Amino acid sequence: MAMAQSPFDLAPQGENAFARITHNVARVAEVPKPPRGWYIAFGIALSLLSVFGVSIGWLFWQGIGIFGNMNPVFWAMPIVNFVFWVGIGHAGTLISAILYLLRQNWRTAINRFAEAMTIFAVICAGIFPGLHVGRPWLPYWMFPLPNQMSMWPQFRSPLEWDVFAVGTYFTVSTLFWYMGMIPDFGTFRDRSTTKLRKAIYGALAMGWRGPSRQWHRYERAYLILAALATPLVLSVHSVVSFDFATAQLPGWHATIFPPYFVAGAIFGGFAMVVTLAVPARQFFGLKRIITVGHLELMAKIILATGMMVGYAYSMEFFIAWYGGNDYEMFTFFNRALGPYAWSYWCMIFCNVVSPQVFWSKKMRTNPWVILGVGVLVNIGMWFERFVIVITSLSRDFLPSSWGYYKPTFWDFSLLAGSFGLFFTLFLLFCRYLPMVAMAEVKAFHPSAHGHGDEHH
Amino acid sequence: MSHHDDDLHGLLAEYETPSALVAACKKVRDAGYAKWDTYTPFPVHGIEKAMGIRMTGLPWIVLAAALVGLASAVGLQWWTNAVDYKFISSGKPMWSIPANVPVYFELTVLFSAFAALFGMLILNNLPEPSHPLDHLQAFGRVTDDRFFLYIEKGDAKFDLAETQRLLDGTHPVTVDAVNEDRRTSDQLPKPLVLAAAVIAVVALVPFAFIAKARATKTDKPKIHAMGDMDWQIKFQAQQPNPLFSNGMAMRAPEPGTVAMDEHPDDEHLTAGKVDGQFVRTFPASVTIDDATMARGRDRYQVFCAPCHGVSGNGDGPVAQRAMTLAEGTWVPPTALGQDYLRQMPVGQLYDVVNNGVRNMPGYGSQIPVDERWAVVLYLRALQKAKAAPVGELTDAERAALK
Repeated sequence: MAMAQSPFDLAPQGENAFARITHNVARVAEVPKPPRGWYIAFGIALSLLSVFGVSIGWLFWQGIGIFGNMNPVFWAMPIVNFVFWVGIGHAGTLISAILYLLRQNWRTAINRFAEAMTIFAVICAGIFPGLHVGRPWLPYWMFPLPNQMSMWPQFRSPLEWDVFAVGTYFTVSTLFWYMGMIPDFGTFRDRSTTKLRKAIYGALAMGWRGPSRQWHRYERAYLILAALATPLVLSVHSVVSFDFATAQLPGWHATIFPPYFVAGAIFGGFAMVVTLAVPARQFFGLKRIITVGHLELMAKIILATGMMVGYAYSMEFFIAWYGGNDYEMFTFFNRALGPYAWSYWCMIFCNVVSPQVFWSKKMRTNPWVILGVGVLVNIGMWFERFVIVITSLSRDFLPSSWGYYKPTFWDFSLLAGSFGLFFTLFLLFCRYLPMVAMAEVKAFHPSAHGHGDEHH
Repeated sequence: MSHHDDDLHGLLAEYETPSALVAACKKVRDAGYAKWDTYTPFPVHGIEKAMGIRMTGLPWIVLAAALVGLASAVGLQWWTNAVDYKFISSGKPMWSIPANVPVYFELTVLFSAFAALFGMLILNNLPEPSHPLDHLQAFGRVTDDRFFLYIEKGDAKFDLAETQRLLDGTHPVTVDAVNEDRRTSDQLPKPLVLAAAVIAVVALVPFAFIAKARATKTDKPKIHAMGDMDWQIKFQAQQPNPLFSNGMAMRAPEPGTVAMDEHPDDEHLTAGKVDGQFVRTFPASVTIDDATMARGRDRYQVFCAPCHGVSGNGDGPVAQRAMTLAEGTWVPPTALGQDYLRQMPVGQLYDVVNNGVRNMPGYGSQIPVDERWAVVLYLRALQKAKAAPVGELTDAERAALK
């Protein structure tokens, strides 16, 4: 290849396994120039980000009339996008926390950038409720701030629970992410060749030098955070599902929603992790750290959660029939055969059919197949939220109030723009922050045993 | 190695592998040292025991924070929704456990997470900007691939020769003497302090503006952040509008539009009264003919018959249904053929149609004024039909009754 002289194609240097891990990861942030693919991706991401900026500017100037929202579909793409991004943001903490508690040591290769992905996805998600309230100078009303009107949020509403769930999730994920990076910032600081890098990474590392007495408390804190984040990650999408499940609308008012949403979030989140991991390991020469074995494990999780989601889809139909409610039955009949049937079958194909290729070992060990399925699942999970929100609202109880919702240009430009924000943040993260948790990878290396063999 | 005792801070041994370090730890621990530590690129498992590190109290700090978070969530929701600003939403109670559980959970986790991170940093004395070890070139590999053991001179058991011998016996790569850090100032860098001071002052400016705005009054209109919501592109009442021939934005009502007070001067017609007394004659503008009678019959059957019945016996379908349900609160509709109603002035009957009486609502807003009088006319016809004297009947009718 033309890029053969790229530093990422050279074998990692170092006299032992630990040094090779350090070098492999740290060089991503240390080489003078990132690979060409990074520049191309960053250019695209920045263009989309500017689309986001322009769209938000126009929205604030003109008002939410630029959306396609109409009677009866008052909740439309802004909510679809919000739920989509929050769902993506679940894999990171799942990998960090739940797999940590389950002692799944393979997570160390991917947890750091899955966590980063989580935080950036939650940032994208958090923007949409702020945008769709229509009064961009008033979203602070969502928070319990003392004011002269003595007007407080309404804590009996699931929308207010959302504010607390998503806010807590973002904060705890950020703390968890930052805490995990402290030792790696120390590595970056000690390898710095310029004063500026030393100052910045030094400040971020807060004087971490790796004393065992500190490691002891650090590990305890990490375990506690993992134990806290595990129920948290399950609670967040449950609360998001309450936004729908506590309403009376056929197609929303279902007790299956919390587990169904959580399974879907993990499914979509893992799809996004592989979508990012496959190109990242290719560009940055991390194939020795994020191995095909890791990708295969993630493909298995995608297959498993995809089947759970498929089960939920069919169970919704079963309950609609078994419950004997005419409106509920109509809603599901309408989903599969009504005017939005195209979106329903698109969702079924992407979420239920496409992951089935992972039954084949050959397919789930091919990074490009995994990438393809990952992209399809992302599309499918977006359509899942579209199907839930739009089909239920557009045809509810009274045929006289039915309608057909069509998104506008600005609905799509905001969705595309949010991808710009996500990828911009992610690419900056790849370039400037430790992309793999070096200390954790080293700790699980065979030569890390404190009382094992003398040498690797 | 020759050192001035004053300058010495401690002794540092370097190891290549974690297992060598752990073996050394056991020896140092057993020798009874207290002010020492090991430095590693990753947490070496089993080293806590080898060093004799006791379990940290961090979980208790987190538990305390969790309880504070839970109490805050209870207090916040109770105070804001059940005490300070009560309002009913969807018929839910002002204060109940189930609706408030999600926020209890979230704030408990939030407070705990802050305690876990910041508790860990505080217990670890972080941030720690400088350390005497920083000036050793070799120590830079502590975050990469090397393992170190450091004994401070401040330890009660520290003796340069003795400690050196102990460390040499643990098969280190090297043992180095570490000097006191006399180069690094214990003051924060001047530019940093200056920048922090400037930022702190600038950060107060918005609050100063808010404080000023709250304390002063103005006669200027408020600031409109998004003008197009306050000044919409539309014509309002009393504004000129060049589109219409009369140049006014307001339009005249459609022909046939009924105003509530269409004939304000004709009290006989609109109120059924003259000089405060109910009238006994129909207004002059109401023509008594078959057409009016037919219209009155039609309106009667739409508006009156559901309760009073088609023949005016008070047995309309609504009344029958109410009697079937026998709910006890039902006041039966009046039978219209009763004597007192036959004696009642037409003006008063009109008033009942117009404004209602007892449980009956007024129909003035639903029936135009002329048709109200037509209903009264038809009522009179019904009453007459119910109690007609024999002399007023035709021969054929009299024959039919026999």
